Amino acid sequence: MAAVTTTPEASAPATPQPENRVIAGLRVARSLPVIPLLVLIALLAVPAIFANQLAPHSQRIGVLDDAKLPPFWISESFEQRMVVQRADRNRLDVEIGLSNAQRKVERGEATIITGGEDGEVNPGDTLRFLSQKGGSMEYPLGTDKQGRDILSRIMHGARISLLVSSLAILLGGGLGTVLGMLAAYRGGKTDAVIMRVVDIKLAFPSILLALVLVAAIGAGFTTVIVVIAVLLWARYARVVRGEALAIKQQDFIDRARVSGASNARIMMRHIFPNLVNTVVVLATLEVGHVIILESTLSFLGAGIPAPTPAWGVMVADGRDLITTAWWIFLFPCLAIVLTVLSMNLLGDWLRDKLDPKLRNV
Amino acid sequence: MQRYILRRVAQGILAIFIISTVTFALARVSGDPLNVLLPEEASEEQIELTKKEWGLDKPLHMQYILYLGKLFRGDLGEALAWPNASAGELIVERLPNTVKLSALALIVSGVIAFPIGVLVAIKKDTPFDYGGKLFAILGQSAPTFAVGLILMWIFAVQLDLFPTSGSGGFEYMILPAVALGYYNVAALMRLTRSSMLEVLDTEYVKLARIKGVAEWKVIWKHCFRNALIVPLTYFGLIGAVLITGSVVIETVFAWPGLGALVIDAILFRDYVVVQAVVLLFATAFVLINIMVDVLYAYIDPRIRYS
Amino acid sequence: MTAVQTATDTILEVSDLKTYIFTRAAIVKAVDGISFNLRKGETLGIVGESGCGKTMTALSLLRLVPKPAGRIVEGQIVLNGEDILQKSEDEMRDVRGRQISMILQDPQTSLNPVFTIGNQLREALGIAHRENKSSMISRAVDALRKVNVAAPERRLDDYPHQMSGGMKQRVVGAIAMSCEPGIIIADEPTTALDVTIQLQYLRLLKEIQAETGLAIIFITHDFGVVARMCDRVAVMYAGRIIEQGDVRDIFSRPAHPYTQALINSVPKLEERVDRLYSIDGQPPLLSNLPEGCRFAPRCPYAADQCYEGYPPSYQLAEAHHADCWALDPDWQGTQIEEFIPPTGSAG
Repeated sequence: MAAVTTTPEASAPATPQPENRVIAGLRVARSLPVIPLLVLIALLAVPAIFANQLAPHSQRIGVLDDAKLPPFWISESFEQRMVVQRADRNRLDVEIGLSNAQRKVERGEATIITGGEDGEVNPGDTLRFLSQKGGSMEYPLGTDKQGRDILSRIMHGARISLLVSSLAILLGGGLGTVLGMLAAYRGGKTDAVIMRVVDIKLAFPSILLALVLVAAIGAGFTTVIVVIAVLLWARYARVVRGEALAIKQQDFIDRARVSGASNARIMMRHIFPNLVNTVVVLATLEVGHVIILESTLSFLGAGIPAPTPAWGVMVADGRDLITTAWWIFLFPCLAIVLTVLSMNLLGDWLRDKLDPKLRNV
Repeated sequence: MQRYILRRVAQGILAIFIISTVTFALARVSGDPLNVLLPEEASEEQIELTKKEWGLDKPLHMQYILYLGKLFRGDLGEALAWPNASAGELIVERLPNTVKLSALALIVSGVIAFPIGVLVAIKKDTPFDYGGKLFAILGQSAPTFAVGLILMWIFAVQLDLFPTSGSGGFEYMILPAVALGYYNVAALMRLTRSSMLEVLDTEYVKLARIKGVAEWKVIWKHCFRNALIVPLTYFGLIGAVLITGSVVIETVFAWPGLGALVIDAILFRDYVVVQAVVLLFATAFVLINIMVDVLYAYIDPRIRYS
Repeated sequence: MTAVQTATDTILEVSDLKTYIFTRAAIVKAVDGISFNLRKGETLGIVGESGCGKTMTALSLLRLVPKPAGRIVEGQIVLNGEDILQKSEDEMRDVRGRQISMILQDPQTSLNPVFTIGNQLREALGIAHRENKSSMISRAVDALRKVNVAAPERRLDDYPHQMSGGMKQRVVGAIAMSCEPGIIIADEPTTALDVTIQLQYLRLLKEIQAETGLAIIFITHDFGVVARMCDRVAVMYAGRIIEQGDVRDIFSRPAHPYTQALINSVPKLEERVDRLYSIDGQPPLLSNLPEGCRFAPRCPYAADQCYEGYPPSYQLAEAHHADCWALDPDWQGTQIEEFIPPTGSAG
């Protein structure tokens, strides 16, 4: 064999020139996923922290007279119908029954355009009346069926999403990290038991497990966090165990052991710091997943209970009105999708920067 | 190959046994069934009588043995919240709907995901590729219920092409199936793309080209089969995704399947039905995984012999 | 200057070939203007360090430069009298495998894991001779027998993972040679094998060459293998051929300082090695090539002149050329020392 091969075949023929730190920092800054970050700040962080100050209306109490107002860009619209004795069910877009018409005129909701010289409503007259109230900047994204401002509720919902996901990840991720480290460090029976439980957990459809658990404990804020943590820990445990096993093989662990460090100390001072990148990347990648889980549970009525404006609850509220008041379900839906999308983009970026080998997890 | 299948089936049976135990435990903690069976003002006597009738007076481990015994005979128990119906009958009634919907969703995702995944891999770093990436990441960022409702709003309410919800002919199935398949399309497409890229870069693909094999044949013979190995392992997960998804989608579209049944059962605290459906889902999940492993071994001969 | 010998038995003539890879950051000049020719039955060694453009040269000859980043930007590749750079992709398929073929670096990954050996051999055969199945099977058996695979009939139904590395390498050879191409490019075909199997395999290649009159382009970083295998040598450095000539000329009178350093760095078993020769520094980035001679930054003889322009090619013997300013009659700098071949040198 020749001794000439100075570089391995796969790599570039020469090492890249050393960069100074400022340039390296700028390069990282330039590759930052700017749009997802901005979306997250605007949609999640700011409203979550300042919901009380920013939200123009109450999140819980609505004005019934202002129910089902559309978003601001939709102006009021009118329609004209002919008065008939009895309206044909299939012609309701052009006809209106006599008694119904009389009521509307009396209340001042409709005006007579043709006919009605005697001041009375008669069959054959044409009525003009409001078919859709207009939106205004008072309620920028409209109101729901109880007259509550959708924008304000989305803002408060952001707080819930952020709280639930951070607490659930802290709990589930913490548990998983500890168990994964224990499994790797102890090995043997501890490892076998923990990993078997992980396998069983992963073989169980997660939503079903969540629903059964919620049914057992009873829906509520704490339940949701606990249930999601239960769903999360197994993945953490598996990934962390793999990482910790690799770290355990390295010399400095032996050195620490030789110098008499306790097991707990080795785990906390020597193994854990090497896992931080992995744990952080997993956490960011999981936020989107957790928001989806929480909103799904809330949507199914097994998550955050109803008056609280969790995004999933809001979507469930608007579901029945999908044909008449689409804004009630659509805006919270978009809030979820945009937040999760941004979070996933940010997580992908962070993973590529900090821990590219997680790409297949 | 036969021994391999046998081994997998044995492992599967063990898994189902463990799951049945877990579901039994979970169902027992999900609230007291007496609340469902009896009115609030029921007397002590009535309570005792009902307990005896349902075997609830026996200690938990006896209840478990009885439950297993019945299970062996294929008896899933009488439903608590549905009068005059057994859990088995309810499942038999609802199962075909869920199977139909899931099958259609699976076809939708496979038919869309594999060709697009291959296409974006071949056209790497072109607008095709970027479009595909966006489509995929969007799919993984939208909860199933949101996809379902947005599809319903666009295609049923605004464009009036399909019925909004309920069951009936084929047209009722299209929107739920697409909504159910969408998540998988995104994930499968991503996987197909990345494993296709990996395969396109291998020496054996180079060798095939050196041999003078036509480009379409290089792609469909040498790449596609190898590239399928990774996404196929994911097909096992798809089982879980479909089950999870069907619970949500059946609720959104009022589709009378098992998903909607289990949600109702949980709301009514009917632990018998919950137990039965969860067990069924879990068994389906295990079976799908065995099927995937066998298919996997067929496609990749290295597994068969190891 | 570059005197291209055009003998009647020349089957491949490459002139001024340039293959660049266009990345977002830079243009990588992997092959930057190389010329050489190849005669029937001859073995040409292309030697150089990793990343000097050897493999890209090989892929260019087959027109299999990785798309869309890589492109042949200039030059001619005249194979059997036709410039293959003018051919369509369809026409190229008839060239690959039948007129020119290649054995890849790594036998472990050169075979598709999901198809049997027989399937992959028949595919190669089927493209060349459209025949019925039974005659193809017997041809496949013949092809395996030619590369000394024992009991070839039984091997046809084996999958790649059931074979040893050496056996796989021979199967890869059988596939490459199945359509009796005039030229085989062997890209470091032995690096993944252990030493005894390497020797067996090289001997086999030579035997087949003697039988069939095959021309071989042997790509390697190992001058020891070159001495054993090749008739002529082209030394590549940073995308250029800096010296080429008869194997004896190159080994006894290497003209270029780089070639001298390379030959000196081949360890000899029979010699007590006091120190391994190696060359200080790194080869330049192909995306950021220096003006002038590319070896100048590492060259002990380099003078100002060397940094100013790329040297012309000087003829030293019949078909022995080198690109180095120090060979110029007007050279002002340090004269290159008389080369003393290491004792026990092959060549």
